[in-house]
Amino acid sequence: MVRPGGRLRIERRLRQPRWLVVAVPAGSLVFAFLASGLVLVATGHDPLSSYRQLLDAAFVNNGAIGQTLISATPLAFTGLAAAAAFRMRLFNIGGEGQLYVGAIAAAAAGLYFGGSGGPSAFAIAAMVVAGCAGGAAWALIPGALRAFFKTNEIITSLMLNYVAGYVLTYLVFNTESYWRQTTGFNAAVFPTSKPLPPSANWPTATIHVQGGVPLPLGAGIALLAATVVWVLYRRTRFGFEVQVLGDSPRAAQYAGMRTRRKILAVMAISGALAGLGGASQDGDFRHTLDADPNGLQKQYYGYAGIVVAALGRYNPFAVLLVAFLVGGLQNAGNTLQGADFPSGLVGVIQGLILFSALGGELLVRYRLRFARRAEATPVVEPA
Amino acid sequence: MNNSLLVVLVASGVVYGTPLLYGALGELLAERSGVLNLGVEGMMLVGAVMGFWTVQRLHAGTGLSLAAAVGVAALAGAAMAAIHAFLVITLRASQIVSGLALTIFAGAAGLSSYLGNDLNLADNPARHTFHALFPASVQRWPVVGPIVFGQNVLVYASWACVVLVWLYLTRTRPGLNLRAVGEAPGAADAMGIDVVAYRYAHTLAGGAFAGVAGATFTLAITPQWVDGITGGAGWIAIALVIFAFWRPELCLVGAYFFGALQALAPQLQARNIHLGPTVLWTNTLPYVMTVVVLLLVSTSGARRRLGAPAALGEPYVREER
Repeated sequence: MVRPGGRLRIERRLRQPRWLVVAVPAGSLVFAFLASGLVLVATGHDPLSSYRQLLDAAFVNNGAIGQTLISATPLAFTGLAAAAAFRMRLFNIGGEGQLYVGAIAAAAAGLYFGGSGGPSAFAIAAMVVAGCAGGAAWALIPGALRAFFKTNEIITSLMLNYVAGYVLTYLVFNTESYWRQTTGFNAAVFPTSKPLPPSANWPTATIHVQGGVPLPLGAGIALLAATVVWVLYRRTRFGFEVQVLGDSPRAAQYAGMRTRRKILAVMAISGALAGLGGASQDGDFRHTLDADPNGLQKQYYGYAGIVVAALGRYNPFAVLLVAFLVGGLQNAGNTLQGADFPSGLVGVIQGLILFSALGGELLVRYRLRFARRAEATPVVEPA
Repeated sequence: MNNSLLVVLVASGVVYGTPLLYGALGELLAERSGVLNLGVEGMMLVGAVMGFWTVQRLHAGTGLSLAAAVGVAALAGAAMAAIHAFLVITLRASQIVSGLALTIFAGAAGLSSYLGNDLNLADNPARHTFHALFPASVQRWPVVGPIVFGQNVLVYASWACVVLVWLYLTRTRPGLNLRAVGEAPGAADAMGIDVVAYRYAHTLAGGAFAGVAGATFTLAITPQWVDGITGGAGWIAIALVIFAFWRPELCLVGAYFFGALQALAPQLQARNIHLGPTVLWTNTLPYVMTVVVLLLVSTSGARRRLGAPAALGEPYVREER
């Protein structure tokens, strides 16, 4: 079908028209919902009513937007983390693990500084710094291996996700660590983590629509982080060099750019962003280090962040927008679980959106031309 | 003697290692053709749910039901792999993002969960399961009894698969062609090998193996359906391919080693042996060791010697070679 000589030819575009960059993601979204509709029809559900429920639960119902923001905030962080790294073609798929380590570090900071009686702002700042540092440190493992030994960062960062997950579980369930609740009646029966002291809980602003939408501090930090990433990549020499290294490593080397330092820096930035997501989980939403295997670890924020980044085409502000939409989808999936709303539908839709966006990329980079066989492969007369 | 720690560990290493082995053999075939498929976990889960559905709904004898279930699981896995193949081979999409998308689409919170929920599979145990093939008297033989004769057909079939894949890769013309496609697709194409067809065929075969791996869980190890029943085995299978330097015979060794690690923590606990934070290191060791192996093979010379396919992860576009 695509091989030269066939009827359909794929040619590389010399220029990518701007409208396509918007039209293709929008088209993929429509296509994905049509395809999920087919899945629903094939299994005997009414797609229109399912989508209606989805839309209501995500954005329309009272309090829906607030819940969507809660789901979207971690996705914004992991999405930015993936975007920052993927832009340099550093495939950091360790956002999941970096988020866990960020959550562990931030919880330690929150427990320590929140309990010491200092001002709340200080405890929160300490959590932000600790979350960034934890995530960055975890990301620097695959980063350093890549920078110094050219070890493939895709698989190493992926493997470390599982290590981080087991460490997180271990800290609360299998050892008497700093994070574990050791006093009280329940602690003896079932292992739980210590709740953060009140001064380590992050504040929430309220927007007065839909009967008051709570705006978590993490969402504000995500907006700030997106701006910083945008400025860094679009307005600084560092960002320019990162993009050149991504698009043409050889050209970058000839120009004397330092590859090794950039790999380390970009991995650290990416890990710090994911770690911030972990800190926000502690401070904004869970108010403890959530080590429950069915809690934080069942949300797959890190992996979903890669979806978000890819759909946002690695543009920080587009990532925020996509995070909001995908967050809505996840929120609806959580609220609607029940008899007439099949579980797993949200994952199916997310996967299909990503598939069609990936397929759609082809239309941005290449042009499809229908040609007759004779035109496509001109017959060369032997001399 | 058969209760000694070592025998128990090896025997349960074989049990828990079998799905890893199937998954790794499949991923190995795909990677040898140059296609990295990170969707193993998703393909396994869809294979697991469809295989389970078959034994629950098909009214036939045990043997026929189980055979049909394994076949359906393989087809389901291959169908999932077809999505990935179309995206990365025909549409030249990023193999990493596409593979992750496949795991999200098919995985524990996606299609497999949707199917399990929609087909009402969660409440009942499997109607037919794979049992040990040999009589109990033979299973009591020292050492080889539990390890060799205490296993089910899926285990013996996996041994046959290892031999077949090894013969295929090293002793047949298509196997040689396959390795050429993974190492130097341009050269293979110039030789007249159909690169696209080879990549499609082996990505699909990889999916079929992953499907069978999933069915191993729902038909033999834990014969029931719960969301996410594979519990990350798909990722270990991907790690295993690297750990085994892309060789089927080493996949077998690695699979049983990683399988035994899964059984180690409860065994040590039952025997009151304390070796530091056992739960932590037995669970994380497969992943840490994979990172170490990757580090060891990361110099280009070692990569070539140890067998990482040179064109792994790269789309092949004839016009741009």
